[in-house]
Amino acid sequence: MEDVVIIGGGVTGCSIARELSRYDMKITLVEKEEDVACGTSKGNSAIVHAGFDASPGTWKAKLNVAGNKLYPALCEELDVPFKLNGSLVVAINEEEEMALHELLDRGETNGVKGLRIIKRDELHALEPNLSPDARAALDAPTGGLVCPYELTIALAENANQNGVKFWLNAPVIGIDVQEDFSLLVKTPKGNIKTKYIINAAGLFADEVSKMAGAEEYTITPRKGEYLVFDKQFGNLAKKAIFPTPTKISKGILVCPTVDGNIFIGPNSNNIEDKNDTGVNAPGIEEIIKGGKKLVPDLPLKNVITSFAGLRAVSNTNDFIIEASKLVKGFINVGGIQSPGLTSAPAIALMVREILLEEGLTLKEKREFIPHRPKKLRFRELDNEERQKLIKQNPAYGHVICRCETVTEAEIIDAIRRPVGARSIDAVKRRTRAGMGRCQGGFCSPRVLEILTRELGVDPLEITKKGPGSNLLVGRIKEFLQDEGGDDNDK
Amino acid sequence: MINKELVVIGGGPAGLAAAIEAKKHGVKDILLVERDSGLGGILQQCIHNGFGLHVFKEELTGPEYADRFIKELEDMGIEVLLDTMVIELTKDKRIIAVSHKKGLMQIQAEAVILTMGCRERTRGAINIPGFRPAGIFTAGTAQRFVNIEGYMPGKEIVILGSGDIGLIMARRFTLEGAKVKCVAEIMPYSNGLTRNVVQCLEDYDIPLLLSHTVVNIDGRDRVEGVTIAQVDEDFKPISSTEKYVTCDTLLLSVGLIPENELSKMADIKMDDITAGPVVNHRMETTVPGIFACGNVVHVHDLVDFVTMESQLAGRGAANYLKNRMPLGKHISILPGEGIRYAVPQLIDPQNIINEKQNFFMRSTKPMEKARLFIESDKDLIRTKVIQHIKPSEMINIELKKEELADKDINSLRFFLQEEGVADGNQ
Ligand SMILES: Cc1cc2nc3c(=O)[nH]c(=O)nc-3n(C[C@H](O)[C@H](O)[C@H](O)COP(=O)(O)OP(=O)(O)OC[C@H]3O[C@@H](n4cnc5c(N)ncnc54)[C@H](O)[C@@H]3O)c2cc1C
Repeated sequence: MEDVVIIGGGVTGCSIARELSRYDMKITLVEKEEDVACGTSKGNSAIVHAGFDASPGTWKAKLNVAGNKLYPALCEELDVPFKLNGSLVVAINEEEEMALHELLDRGETNGVKGLRIIKRDELHALEPNLSPDARAALDAPTGGLVCPYELTIALAENANQNGVKFWLNAPVIGIDVQEDFSLLVKTPKGNIKTKYIINAAGLFADEVSKMAGAEEYTITPRKGEYLVFDKQFGNLAKKAIFPTPTKISKGILVCPTVDGNIFIGPNSNNIEDKNDTGVNAPGIEEIIKGGKKLVPDLPLKNVITSFAGLRAVSNTNDFIIEASKLVKGFINVGGIQSPGLTSAPAIALMVREILLEEGLTLKEKREFIPHRPKKLRFRELDNEERQKLIKQNPAYGHVICRCETVTEAEIIDAIRRPVGARSIDAVKRRTRAGMGRCQGGFCSPRVLEILTRELGVDPLEITKKGPGSNLLVGRIKEFLQDEGGDDNDK
Repeated sequence: MINKELVVIGGGPAGLAAAIEAKKHGVKDILLVERDSGLGGILQQCIHNGFGLHVFKEELTGPEYADRFIKELEDMGIEVLLDTMVIELTKDKRIIAVSHKKGLMQIQAEAVILTMGCRERTRGAINIPGFRPAGIFTAGTAQRFVNIEGYMPGKEIVILGSGDIGLIMARRFTLEGAKVKCVAEIMPYSNGLTRNVVQCLEDYDIPLLLSHTVVNIDGRDRVEGVTIAQVDEDFKPISSTEKYVTCDTLLLSVGLIPENELSKMADIKMDDITAGPVVNHRMETTVPGIFACGNVVHVHDLVDFVTMESQLAGRGAANYLKNRMPLGKHISILPGEGIRYAVPQLIDPQNIINEKQNFFMRSTKPMEKARLFIESDKDLIRTKVIQHIKPSEMINIELKKEELADKDINSLRFFLQEEGVADGNQ
């Protein structure tokens, strides 16, 4: 029997897994997709928010500010790139400028440090590409940037090193309360008996809660779409640039990523289908329009990709983090919309407290390993280090992804690491191979070959992102024989 | 630090021809660096024929065409490093390259020829809405899977864009037993060579839908279908014309982009239209001693022209190494009405190689018949009538040195004027 089963391998579930892996107990994380970080934690703005936006007193406000403070040390420990570049909320008319003062007050009430309003000249000196209409801004120096899937994967790797088991491709399809009051988590891969369940199923947390017979709530998907520009325009914005927010959303931003690209987005539209992460033409128009308000001169010819993410908005419009009163041992961590990424480390601590209250005894492990296995990024090394590395392992001399300078050794490492990559996209999230300007055109056949070799499978079995997404459909000539036998065809 | 007289970066048709020509013109110490495990570049996966009509006066397949140059290069004893990727180039011609055999190498060259070729434009670059399922490939990637690896990336295929690789792949897929449902091209004319439209589509009854584009991609895990629509004059899809086509694969053949990361590192001036370096009469970039040729300069439709251009670059580099004297006054080549771009962008008329200068250019739109005007800022030099002009087919014109000899000219302009086509059965 497990002590804890965590449902959902997003940043919330993986943060909780990693936090709990400090203690002596049996933990399994179950995830319906083929990898962690395939849900909302893959597609979002990747900003470690300062915390001035959420209404004072909400869990969103408290956990945002608390999470923000935990970020630098956490990223250092897990070797995850983190940049404290600051955020700006820009006003383009008098009304908006007034609203900045409200935001500043709200931020200070939430406990955000260092907030100040800057005027036109300072603003334009900081961000020369801003629209000439920009007249003032709220400067939040504690806003930062992180790569959300890299963080989620790092948390998973480290949790796994510390004993957490990961069941991938394992959607939870039912939860039963047993006679001995233990809980049974059912998946197509098998069932798991456990004392506690943590429901971190993101967009599907409402359905999972219902499966267990716990409190009912609803999660509405709210879509945000993005466009990403080529790295050569990485200087377009230095800080995360927000417009003055409206009631429903923080608005469409122009923002750098920790890897040096620039994106615009997200818009904010409620939709019905929780799986609909498609990007649509009207959405693209909307974000271009929004982005141009802040930075009129956008390099639209140099868009390298588009993506969308779905916010998991609960009917309370706040995070729902509490032990069920109906089902003993079931803990909801639902409605984790923005600023959920920022809040994740603080949410994990809060869940630990709830487990203690619910009667779980926690005994610290002596052998807890705080760091994940060293991850070498060839493109970030200097030439001397590169030379040494290739001497030790010649596979570092074989560049596979030329846009992002990713070597064969890094791809092999991504496959062999804890919770290792099994698909082209999983390799991409771990190494950036295929994320550059050619979007995998050059390297995907080579990554496929390495996956085939490392996993000892046929190329036909390699997928882009799990079952059903195979890249290749057959060998050459195969279909010819098919047709040859069928005389009636044509 | 390794010292070399000339380093050629890229072992495709451009690099091969440039290295051979430089050697023929007296450069002794040449190194050719290629990131792949063999020479020939993209030609190795172009197993169809149609290469070499201009250079060899016969039709060869891609690998056959490449082999002639590879043999010659080997016979000349030119040093080659395979599986070696150049990751840095400075304007002082210092090169950093890595390979699994030799590790990290620092090379100081006296002259460099850039022949890195181009890459394919991708989906993101053209913003097709929809999901991101498996089954979306650029035509060249699909070509590699089929022709080199021996695997089929799809069975029912829609092709977006009528670039040449897409057309060639339409035929290849059909011959392999897959069904190519249609080719959608957003422009009102094809972007490939006429001979490819005829031999790869018409001969196999594959419809070419002009003024059409893909407006949505359906399928979560694997492509299940695409929605195709006609576009208006502003290339905006007309929603009443939307049509759903089931398929498991969407092939993108929406253009090529010269691959100039290294050129930019070396502070070489780029041409916004070609997306390649600005070059002069001997294919020298704005950084003296760094030359460029082939698809890295501008995307060619025929390899024969790549070869010709690269031979010029090879000679240019040899000249540079022999005689480091600065060149004379350069005049600018200006694309006028009807011309999208012209290469080279600069020439020094007094130092033209071989007493003649070739110019490559592309038109802005198809024209049944037009007159090409070549004029300097002083006077009209020459005109020439050209038939069946298409943006996808490069115009190649040769001027003699004496036509450019007037020492006082400051610029040269090319422009096209459409001429009426006689009624009848044109
Ligand atoms: C457009 C957008 C922008 C955002 N920007 C920011 C930002 O800048 N800063 C910030 O702090 N936050 C931001 N957020 C919010 C942040 O991305 C989310 O709060 C966070 O990623 C939520 O993580 P999660 O783990 O709760 O959910 P998810 O990442 O969705 O993880 C849930 C996991 O549960 C799995 N699952 C679901 N059902 C089952 C089942 N039955 N069985 C097993 N597994 C299951 C899913 O497959 C998924 O992997 C943004 C969100 C969006 C959409």
